[in-house]
Amino acid sequence: MESLLNPSYIASFLILVGIYAVFSLGLNVHWGYTGIFNFGVAGFFAVGAYTTAILTKEPSTGQYVEYIGGFGLPYVVGLLGAGAACGILALIIGIPTLSLREDYLAIATIGVAETLRRVFINERWLANGTRGMIGIPQPLHGLVDPSDYKYIYLVIVMIILVIVYVAIERGIRSPWGRVLRAIREDEMTAAASGKSVFAFKMQAFVLGAVIMGIGGAMYGHYVKAITPDTFAPFFGTFFIWVMLVVGGSGNSKGAVLGAFVVWGIWTGTDWIINHSPGGLETRIFYIRNLLIGLLIVGVLLVRPKGILGEEKRVSLYVGKESEKESAAPTGPPGAAGSD
Amino acid sequence: MIQLVVIGMIVGSVIALGAIGLTLVYGVVKFANFGHGDLMTSGAYIAFFALFGGGHIGPLSFGYGMILAILVAVIAVAVLAVAIDWLVYRPLRKRKAGLVILAISSLGMAMVVRSLVYIIWGPDQRFYVLGIQRARELPFGIMLKPDQMFIGGTALVVMVFVYLLLYRTRLGKAMRATSDNVELARISGIDTERIISWTWAIGGALAGLSGILLGIQSHLMPEMGFILLLPLFAAAILGGVGSPQGALVGAMIVGISQEVSTEWISPGYKPAVAFMLLFAILLVRPQGLFGAKT
Repeated sequence: MESLLNPSYIASFLILVGIYAVFSLGLNVHWGYTGIFNFGVAGFFAVGAYTTAILTKEPSTGQYVEYIGGFGLPYVVGLLGAGAACGILALIIGIPTLSLREDYLAIATIGVAETLRRVFINERWLANGTRGMIGIPQPLHGLVDPSDYKYIYLVIVMIILVIVYVAIERGIRSPWGRVLRAIREDEMTAAASGKSVFAFKMQAFVLGAVIMGIGGAMYGHYVKAITPDTFAPFFGTFFIWVMLVVGGSGNSKGAVLGAFVVWGIWTGTDWIINHSPGGLETRIFYIRNLLIGLLIVGVLLVRPKGILGEEKRVSLYVGKESEKESAAPTGPPGAAGSD
Repeated sequence: MIQLVVIGMIVGSVIALGAIGLTLVYGVVKFANFGHGDLMTSGAYIAFFALFGGGHIGPLSFGYGMILAILVAVIAVAVLAVAIDWLVYRPLRKRKAGLVILAISSLGMAMVVRSLVYIIWGPDQRFYVLGIQRARELPFGIMLKPDQMFIGGTALVVMVFVYLLLYRTRLGKAMRATSDNVELARISGIDTERIISWTWAIGGALAGLSGILLGIQSHLMPEMGFILLLPLFAAAILGGVGSPQGALVGAMIVGISQEVSTEWISPGYKPAVAFMLLFAILLVRPQGLFGAKT
């Protein structure tokens, strides 16, 4: 058991949990709160990671490495730039697609993600093609011995996660957040209450995309090397959906918990299979994929709300008084209108 | 150019078989089945498993063993599709789960099926028959391999059967009724759950066949069906969801556009071409070329 309990292993585990939690929170803004069926998380993931690589790396040198930019800017600029790039991308995708039927939106977002991946593969001048971007710089790297660096990055990840979490919670517990939930439950009613459904959906879509972009940047700086394959649909999109559904969509705590649980299952099964007899080694990756696939279907069948389920009441003010008046009928989730 | 159009039609006929199944399921069961591509993959691999020798039929690269393997695989995928429906989608339907939940669970099943293919057959490319087949010269300077003619011919014959099934049998009539309006079909005494099972069986069989033809056209790999998912949806939506004829026309448009586009842009962008078509139709005419307004 020593390999599971050593602090270095735990730190790298928690770094990835933190990064995936950021993605899961971003997807929660899309799907959990607003009902936007984004199946193209991988596209925002990729754009975030590539943007920060282009902003923070030094210019390309030899003929084997080609990419645009290389501005050598600091980490924070990379992070914000990644968020901004994804926000703009969301705006462009959102204009034609957000008013489509939800399943068409899903297909359109898959298409965008796959098209972007093709661009990164085929356009070598842009970001070094299939070879990808390597040596993405890490913030505060000179402070400690490289083998201890992960503790510093863990602190950075946790700070960003807390900022993102608090920002989303503030937003969702505001009148703005309640409009989003109203739109998710019934667009017609929300529109009839005088809310511009398209404008609110667009705001939520851009916000979620910005968060995913930041997550992509955090990931890029952690792994230091990214290739278009990093953003294939499995890890880029599906994995994050599993996290949100397992944790409980419509609940920020659920989104974070889901990232922890699913990444725990993922690394846990790796450990178990590695320590089990028999020649499973070559198949490990696929056995774990199988388990993740069964996990999401199982959760949808047995516990569709996920582990935590949705928080019904999301207002900073309604809280206690209305709990006392429990005689009052409780409306359907998200039915709390707007003030 | 004519050459690319003809190849595009061969590719289009493979896409068409998948897209017809997809659009039937979409129409009758009312959700976007993101697992359809992986049903195709499973068909291709089951045929690979069931293939034992069998010489050659005429100029084709394969023999009667392949015909037998195709039959086995097509039936197996039909059974698989029905089994998945019973185990996963039917319980979700009973609970009145929304189409998004069904779509997400279909992506989960896609993952399960693909992982099983990876676990059983591994990630390497497979071929039904090794070796290179010479293309024959046809009028207008078109070069086609006998295998490609087999693909186009088989697809054509099967599509005629599907048409007869839908428009000349009671089952087909019931399927179309269920697709139009589930409630009304149920009131008219149609056992819609039975119709849904049949739809999965037919959609699965077509997906299986489409996967095998794709494997004959190039090779087998575990991602082969998933890669085709965008072209499948593009074809189905282009033609109007629920319309098999529409899916056929849509598939031809997608297949030909993908091949002809290689004249100007990298072949690596083929899936992106399908997507651009899809995107265009969603903007201009979301109900598809032949779809009725809902």
